[in-house]
Amino acid sequence: MNSTTVPKTAAEVFPQKPPEKGMFISLGPQHPSTHGVLRVAITVDGENVTSAQPDIGYLHRATEKLAEKRTYPQIIVLTDRLDYLAAMTNNWSFCLAVEKMLGVQIPERAEYIRIIVGELQRIASHCVFLGTYGIDIGAFTPFLVAFGRERERILDLFEEICGARLTYNYIRIGGVMADTPVGWEKKVRDFVKEMWGHITEYDTLLTYNPIFMDRTKNIGTMTPEMAIAWGVTGPNLRATGFRADVRKDDPYGLYSKMKFDIPIGKQGDCWERYWVRISEMRESLKMIEQCLDMIQPGEWMAKLPKVYRVPVGEGYGHLEAPRGDLGFYIVSDGSPSPYRMHIRAPSFINLQALQQLIVGWKVADVIAILGSVDIVLGEVDR
Amino acid sequence: MFELGPALSHLFQVMRSFATSHGVSPVLAILISKIIQTNIIILLVSLVPMLLVYAERKVSAFMQARLGPMNVGPWGIFQTLADGIKLMFKEDVVPSGADWWVHFMAPVVAVAPVFVCYAPVPFGQGLTPVDLNTGVLFILSVSGISTIGILLGGWGSGNKYSMLGGLRAAAQLVSFEIPRVLSVVPVLMWYGSMSLRTIALAQQGRWFNIIPKWFIFYPVIGQVAFIVFLISSVAETNRTPFDIPEAESELVAGFHTEFGGMKFALFFLAEYAYVFLASAMATALFLGGGDGFLLPNGIIPSWIWFLLKTFAIVFLFLWFRWTYPRLRVDRLMQFCWKFLMPWSFVNIALAGALVLVRMR
Repeated sequence: MNSTTVPKTAAEVFPQKPPEKGMFISLGPQHPSTHGVLRVAITVDGENVTSAQPDIGYLHRATEKLAEKRTYPQIIVLTDRLDYLAAMTNNWSFCLAVEKMLGVQIPERAEYIRIIVGELQRIASHCVFLGTYGIDIGAFTPFLVAFGRERERILDLFEEICGARLTYNYIRIGGVMADTPVGWEKKVRDFVKEMWGHITEYDTLLTYNPIFMDRTKNIGTMTPEMAIAWGVTGPNLRATGFRADVRKDDPYGLYSKMKFDIPIGKQGDCWERYWVRISEMRESLKMIEQCLDMIQPGEWMAKLPKVYRVPVGEGYGHLEAPRGDLGFYIVSDGSPSPYRMHIRAPSFINLQALQQLIVGWKVADVIAILGSVDIVLGEVDR
Repeated sequence: MFELGPALSHLFQVMRSFATSHGVSPVLAILISKIIQTNIIILLVSLVPMLLVYAERKVSAFMQARLGPMNVGPWGIFQTLADGIKLMFKEDVVPSGADWWVHFMAPVVAVAPVFVCYAPVPFGQGLTPVDLNTGVLFILSVSGISTIGILLGGWGSGNKYSMLGGLRAAAQLVSFEIPRVLSVVPVLMWYGSMSLRTIALAQQGRWFNIIPKWFIFYPVIGQVAFIVFLISSVAETNRTPFDIPEAESELVAGFHTEFGGMKFALFFLAEYAYVFLASAMATALFLGGGDGFLLPNGIIPSWIWFLLKTFAIVFLFLWFRWTYPRLRVDRLMQFCWKFLMPWSFVNIALAGALVLVRMR
């Protein structure tokens, strides 16, 4: 098979062994449940899936190449467009890498603001996951509750601090773009107080719904060995029972000061992947509360020259994004723009595990498994 | 205070005698009055889905922290009308891989039985269009024809997703037909009639002057029969949590993926008309039809009572749809064959025992 052509038929996708019996179904790229332009070429024998091959690249924008022609502060704008549901953590991860290379000290207030917006972003991202996963399973209401009500509140908060609702460009190299507006912290506190109740509402609406549990419990199980072999990170890895979180293992910012738990699952099925995310929302709320208690007025941006050159060498910054371990690897040749930038996108790596994860389950389960892995195609294709 | 049934029959009487006094033969006069009555029913059946679509939009909106349609007319009440007009003027697209004839016939076959099914429904005192003595059997059997329409739609679209949806629909509808019929059997055994009107009338009266003698209040058998009937009715109408045939996230739109414009509207109409029909049946069979409660008889006419109860059950349908996720197709079958069926049989045995006790 020529690597540049998109496979169209079963014989092209599986040149050695075309399906002897059964049917070839092309799930996507235009399908209601592929969460963007993803195509999964699956062969089914009756209702059972015999093979699955994700076909990506429909959204490729060459972000890594574009970064080589832009100065460092300009690249932050590009990172917004990766995982468009969690632009704050993308900004932050890139800034971490550059700050490491520059060796710049971040003001304490900026660190707290970063944790607050980062954790709010995690909640907003998981709200989208919860809503879309509900739709995948057939429940429509959680989507409009989580996506249309709570996430909207978070986006309003973000709009107040940076003027944008989706592509923030708020976390800058050396700090954050601007200080929070007057009264913003109180609004966050009110939201956090409300959100505790809303998460309980999600539990009654979806998490412990018998039909939902029936659809997701013991479906699409993943062992820790398999997850690590595929390089899966984030909630998907933690659901298998493996305790791994960049915030604890390699603390960045002020996460070493925060008190929080890492929720883990037992057998890594769809329901546990879902449940880990719901529990993470609670942990995020705890962290935001701690930050709001500790944050003091002060500087929000480190003193940096207008034009700066990153010293020759290489640097890697990574953090716990809502979807896993998001890393930026930068090679600098001393010029204003990087020589090479590589993005370790968690969605891309989590997606690869699908081809092993889906096989053997029913067609209806494919949707449940695909949804529970929670990929964002903007990050997969970059 | 205003009973619609006697008033209508009086009106038709007057019209018939007016016609015969002007030289129209009595047979022709009766025929014409029957045609007018039939048209009233057909109009009603066509209007009810529009009302239900509006209700569904508003109910779902309030459940989801939204407002729903607000722009067309006050509170968006003409939204469904506007959508209906839009669907009527849409181009009729037939995919190139489709079997034209089957594709054309599918919505017609799906929608035609609905109109017939409304014939034996007792809408209130003197408002039963045709009092069939096999009413329940008639509705259950005629409404089964719609399954063929759905199967035709899946088959004739020339689309894998439609095909899967059609096959799933056939399997699901045929399976759930059985517990649905079985759940009605206790009612028929108890009242000894298959006429919906007779059953509804037999449920009048009070225990201890307070609890209505509706079938749902009969200990155990009434509740089990009602719940099984309700669940299998939801499955019969292809609604969440049993909307497997049109499972959006798996099968795009299932059997009606390739249908647009008026053909799609007919499928839609059939679905909502069946929702209303199932609710009306449940009202007549289990909730005493037009029998009022709490208030003394006659304050609110029976047809209003009937509609109130029917819409209460319709609301249950809407409520299920907007709160539950979808079952998986194999679990759905398990649920039908391993849960609903045995309990229906147990219920029939219990009802038989109760009938024996009553005979003693």
